[in-house]
Amino acid sequence: MANGSRKLSWLRAYASVYMVFLYAPVVLLPIFAFNDSTVIAFPLSGFTTDWFASLKGNSALKDAVSNSLIVAVTTAMISTILGAFAARAGVRYRFPAKRGIMGLILLPLVLPEIIIAVALLVMLMRLGLSLSLWTVIVGHVLVCVPFSIAVLNSAFSGLDQSLEEASFDLGETAWGTFRRVTFPLILPGVISSLLITFTISLDEFIIAFFLTGTDVTLPVYIWSQLRFPAKLPGVMALGTLLLLLTISLLIVAEFFRRRSAQRRGLDASTTEGLI
Amino acid sequence: MTAAKAENPKPIITLDNVTRSFGSVQALRGVTAEIREGEFFSLLGPSGCGKTTLLRMIAGFDEPTSGAITLDGKPMAGIAANHRPTNMVFQSYAIFPHLSVADNVGYGLKKKRLPKAEYDREVEEALKMVSLGGYGPRAAHTLSGGQRQRVALARALIMRPKVILLDEPLSALDKKLREQMQIELRRLQRSVGITFILVTHDQEEALIMSDRIAVMFDGQIAQLDSPEALYRKPNTQRVASFIGVMNFLEARPIGEKGDKISLDIQALGLLDIPASALPEGMAASEISRVGVRPEMMSIVLEGAKSTGHDIEAEIAEAEYYGDMTYYLVKLSGKDEPVTISMRNTAGRAVLEAGSKTRVSFSPESIVVFQ
Amino acid sequence: MDVQNEGRKGLLLVSPTFLYAILLLAAPLILVVMFSFWTQDYLDLDTTPTLANYKEAWSEPLYRELMLRSLRISVLVTTVTVLSAFPVAYYVSFRVKERKALWLFLITAPFWTSYLLRVFLWKVILGYNGVFNSALLWTGIIEEPLQFILYNVNAVVITLAHAWAPFAILPIFVALEKIDRSLLEAAEDLGDGPVRRFFRVTLPLAIPGVMAATLIVLIPTVGDFITPRLVGGTEGLMISNMIQVQFGKANNAPLGAALAVSSMFIVGGLSLLIFLASRRVGRVAGE
Repeated sequence: MANGSRKLSWLRAYASVYMVFLYAPVVLLPIFAFNDSTVIAFPLSGFTTDWFASLKGNSALKDAVSNSLIVAVTTAMISTILGAFAARAGVRYRFPAKRGIMGLILLPLVLPEIIIAVALLVMLMRLGLSLSLWTVIVGHVLVCVPFSIAVLNSAFSGLDQSLEEASFDLGETAWGTFRRVTFPLILPGVISSLLITFTISLDEFIIAFFLTGTDVTLPVYIWSQLRFPAKLPGVMALGTLLLLLTISLLIVAEFFRRRSAQRRGLDASTTEGLI
Repeated sequence: MTAAKAENPKPIITLDNVTRSFGSVQALRGVTAEIREGEFFSLLGPSGCGKTTLLRMIAGFDEPTSGAITLDGKPMAGIAANHRPTNMVFQSYAIFPHLSVADNVGYGLKKKRLPKAEYDREVEEALKMVSLGGYGPRAAHTLSGGQRQRVALARALIMRPKVILLDEPLSALDKKLREQMQIELRRLQRSVGITFILVTHDQEEALIMSDRIAVMFDGQIAQLDSPEALYRKPNTQRVASFIGVMNFLEARPIGEKGDKISLDIQALGLLDIPASALPEGMAASEISRVGVRPEMMSIVLEGAKSTGHDIEAEIAEAEYYGDMTYYLVKLSGKDEPVTISMRNTAGRAVLEAGSKTRVSFSPESIVVFQ
Repeated sequence: MDVQNEGRKGLLLVSPTFLYAILLLAAPLILVVMFSFWTQDYLDLDTTPTLANYKEAWSEPLYRELMLRSLRISVLVTTVTVLSAFPVAYYVSFRVKERKALWLFLITAPFWTSYLLRVFLWKVILGYNGVFNSALLWTGIIEEPLQFILYNVNAVVITLAHAWAPFAILPIFVALEKIDRSLLEAAEDLGDGPVRRFFRVTLPLAIPGVMAATLIVLIPTVGDFITPRLVGGTEGLMISNMIQVQFGKANNAPLGAALAVSSMFIVGGLSLLIFLASRRVGRVAGE
């Protein structure tokens, strides 16, 4: 295996370089957020927390954050509910035109977001509806449902059907079975679906850009700031906070996924369901 | 035999020409049977014979396509699983992984809203019944396979159902534990007196545990009898070879005289067998084959006296099993060797292939087939 | 459960999600197609069907150039992304023994940071005074800052290859994980060296994953307009930028719709070709 170990080191070196490539922009974000200069470039000039402080008094930013939170929370809830219906149906039942129906629901995965945005925009124009946070939510739900289905699929397929039968057999009703058996067992999947769809919606720009009205979401706000060099360090600080938020949400999601695997007696180190 | 069975064979479940089809596939083709109160009843058959479908219909997870199931005098059509006085022990045990052992066992009791003390007492009693006293607070996913099986049983017992249904409950256990659980289950069933219906593909398991066994093939009951009757007087060759080993020999009826039937049997020659060997509803003239169990024949030891019926033979192969040796023995006049089992008692040497010997048998042990 | 009964229950259960997709995905998409046959004059919409928009979309040199360029860039991005992702997926699947989940987490984590900011940060890295140039100048490899890396196609390719990395790695990884390791031992046992074994067994079995990765990267890159806008300069602009302009400033939604439908058709056709080709490759490589 002398040959094998050399090959291993080449692959390993490549993988390491690749990881540097993946993390390069992410690492720069906090660096410039604390850099005491309005120019986003090297060399660094000094340490400051001013940029974070400057975010505090910014009312446009506050509006954007609260708009984004409204959109992301609503999107997460709607798409997780819709995702749960579809995932349950897909895992448990065979029904006519199943491939076609599931195909349409999962279509946004392979559809350029600009197409979804444009299509919804055209329909809203046709119906004479004005743009608002709700129109953004409608678009985000379309994009988020497939991700929710992917997460919940593994939750539902890990659910032994005989558990629900056992509950019926012991005298429980359909609702009681859902409350006492099904829901507690898929809960970790539900939470991780909520977190993932929340994160996607919070970060989504293209659809929000087309469908947002006067109330802008956070990414649209950031986009508008990117044009002004003076605002950039503030954007970096904001990005750093967002980075911290999403990373902690992801870790929480991963924690719930592992716990659900453990509860079902699976090997927690497996990768099922991880996106 | 249980007292209930001997005195009062009252049926707890009647199956009246029950059929079930899935699309064009007929899983059950008209099953009619009565299951008696308090008996340990087994549905035995190879996979795909419809035994699990039948069990699930009794539980209420499925409805017959035609025919009727009556439980304790009430027709079950349209009654869902949660309203039937049956409880099931699932093949996978279906232990709720998010609940403790006690919460699993007490799952069905919760609806009754018992006072806490009484609830706790009932749960602990049920756990004691399956020798798991004190296990209540444990998390379900820490249990071993055998313990899960017991919890599943306690969870059903606590409901005091009319019937407990067991879907291959021992198939996931290893051999030693399985044998131990077979005896335990049997003992428990006798002490609580609840009717048990067991689905299994393991003939030995069915023989050990059951009061009566329904052998099923292709969606029909081939024979319903006590274990002993099934083994000694299987009514078809298929049943005979499914339960234990049976040597088949061509046979031709020659005549009947009194309580004896004369047969000309391949390799054994002319023989009189008791007329009681004839299954009900079958005429002596219909006999075309006979069967002999391996342990009903024996190899005559060197120098031992002939018992009357013995024939020349040659050992083709010897399979040594420790307590037993199975010999494949060639009889003159039959190409395929027959199987003979011999207990390996002290001082008896295992015969080698090629040894010439004699085989003896008793005509009373011969089973006849159409 | 009855087949019929089961079908009804399944349909009932899937219906809320299905209805949502019909009303808010299928219907708008159909409407876009209809729009592309209409014309608009400021706010007045003329719904007499016409092919004028398509004629314009396909004959106007600017649109044709943008469409071809989008296609070229997308194909380039996809090739680079998938080729660079494959060894990483291979490494994690075959060489990493214990910490696979951690590696996958690390690969996917950057994807969850703001897309806009990631693209913007590439601009910072690749710029004239950027991180990359500063580093090279500092080490003395170059005397003058490199200029060919920002505001052109290269920058778009690098940025998009970064953005879609996890989407390329994961499907390939899943396909590689599914390969029964005893098949590789069998190939070795039958006399294949590591290279032959890779091309005769591993690669053909990984083709479905590679195909999925290709399609997952190709399709959305065509629709991206942030990356070209931020790092592409004028020569990096793509068709989506034009679609955005038509729906925005130019206020010509029907033409935008025709451009969108056209690019969807091109991407769809290309995807189909890739799908068919990969099936062929899978068969030929195995022989």
